[in-house]
Amino acid sequence: MFEKILIANRGEIALRIQRACREMGIRTVVVHSEADTEAMYVKLADESVCIGPPPSRESYLNIPAIISAAEVTDAEAIHPGYGFLSENADFAERVERSGFVFIGPTPESIRIMGDKVSAKQAMKSAGVPVVPGSDGALPEDPKEIVRIARQVGYPVIIKAAGGGGGRGMRVVHTEAALSNAVTMTRSEAAAAFNNASVYMEKFLEQPRHIEIQILADGQGNVVYLGERDCSMQRRHQKVIEEGPAPGIARKLIDRIGARCVDAAKKIGYRGAGTFEFLFENDEFFFIEMNTRVQVEHPVTEMITGIDIVQQQIRVAAGQKLMFRQKDIVIKGHAMECRINAEDPFRFTPSPGRILHWHPPGGLGVRVDSHAYTNYLVPPHYDSMIAKVITYGDSREQAMARMRIALSEMAVEGIQTNLALHRELLADARFMQGGTSIHYLEQKLALRPQS
Amino acid sequence: MDLRKIKSLIDLVSESDISELEITENEGKVRIVKAQAGLSASQMHSLAAMQALQLQGPPAMPGMPAAQISQQAAHESAQLLSLDANAGEAKLMGHTVKSPMVGTFYRASQPGADPFVQIGSKVSEHDVLCLIEAMKLLNEIEAGQAGTVTQILVENGQPVEYGQPLFVIE
Repeated sequence: MFEKILIANRGEIALRIQRACREMGIRTVVVHSEADTEAMYVKLADESVCIGPPPSRESYLNIPAIISAAEVTDAEAIHPGYGFLSENADFAERVERSGFVFIGPTPESIRIMGDKVSAKQAMKSAGVPVVPGSDGALPEDPKEIVRIARQVGYPVIIKAAGGGGGRGMRVVHTEAALSNAVTMTRSEAAAAFNNASVYMEKFLEQPRHIEIQILADGQGNVVYLGERDCSMQRRHQKVIEEGPAPGIARKLIDRIGARCVDAAKKIGYRGAGTFEFLFENDEFFFIEMNTRVQVEHPVTEMITGIDIVQQQIRVAAGQKLMFRQKDIVIKGHAMECRINAEDPFRFTPSPGRILHWHPPGGLGVRVDSHAYTNYLVPPHYDSMIAKVITYGDSREQAMARMRIALSEMAVEGIQTNLALHRELLADARFMQGGTSIHYLEQKLALRPQS
Repeated sequence: MDLRKIKSLIDLVSESDISELEITENEGKVRIVKAQAGLSASQMHSLAAMQALQLQGPPAMPGMPAAQISQQAAHESAQLLSLDANAGEAKLMGHTVKSPMVGTFYRASQPGADPFVQIGSKVSEHDVLCLIEAMKLLNEIEAGQAGTVTQILVENGQPVEYGQPLFVIE
């Protein structure tokens, strides 16, 4: 087992990884920018190294600085968390070439899944159902593009091959708007991802976002840890996640879960990963795979009892998974609310000093957060400051506990989206369950503009 | 405006990023200009004196011609200003060289060679002070400004992080 791990991330996930390491007796090195010098996990780390000024590009995305920090502290492995360099195949490769273990899949897996076109093709040949579409990057010929769109059937969505995570997408309802949409998405993609390649998919009208969590030990054993329903989204960013997905037959989940396991084995996957699907009319359609630990991993941890971050570390250290598929039991229901430092209904960011931080507690309530009273939320990074997770024997109990937790939670000094979450937990359709990925935006659009 | 107040103002300017401060109070006015790096002591002295002449103190004693009082006050202030200016010289002109990267600090070009600088070494802006090794590459760290090395804050072979102070040059 590793003696020292370098945590190449920040915020709540850095704390999460640190907790997993400490429990296993592994010493932690935390790298941080100048904006995060006062972070709780920096102070709790065995060693910390300042790697740059606040901007991400010069710190958390600064590959030489991070590898250099691993060198001077004699770390053995690097955990990349989520976001930042976690899905950067180049980084994974350089980490390994420098003699460290990258806690994640091989650079090759990251590369295949990072390009959304090749990911779809890989899944198709592995027997995983995909969203019908262009079957590859769109050609330059506008006539061809029109022909493909007619074949797929409107409405269609144009997506950047180098995008993902909700970025670089555009919906097209009519043929008249097609050519423009493709051009615009291409130039946005070139600017944002250095890759102008785009592809087309059928745009599903009212799908749900259902994802399958897998764990692979790289030694032949792959299991799936149930599913998560992440349909409550705004602008492709998840707001609330839950598991199991309400109203979906276990048989369907088991079938798609098995397909994901087969696909993971076929591509030689290693570590934790998530297959994301759109679900409509009892059918699953693969959209992308995330080759890292995800923000919403606690939902799965609560219903399976498995520590996903620790499993990542064990697999990276060469250990086999200690369980088989039949050992995975889904019990109860869990829900997670992402608490962001932002105006709850205008969504403008609200960085600044938290004058008073009072998180909820009690049976079945888990708070994953790096914040504390007097903590200064920096303006340079994303706005998520906490995840409130509740667990119950049933969905009703998980929701009831979430309502209570949200009512107890108090944050002063900055704005948070607590008010939005409180409203959602009281929403009739949400309480019923099974709302589509468009539901939240439709609901927000109905609000009177203040 | 009394001299103690003027002294606090000098300290304030010296310790901050302010380069020029002008305060008018009743009939007194003080203008303090921070010396530019590289000015010699005598240049600073005359600068201080020039600034003191701009002082216009209120008449301290009734009956005395205003001009005389103000000149006397000006003279004393000039001395005070130049004294403090000299004392502040070290603080004002000291420049801390900070590490621009994460790595291992080395004082010489290779083991056994003479260190690039010692305490007391005079350096110019582009002189190499040390090496920082990062990912098997050796990076030369330049002084960034001319002066004399007065402090070496890190030991040979020590790991350094971004922003860590390495040298003080005055």
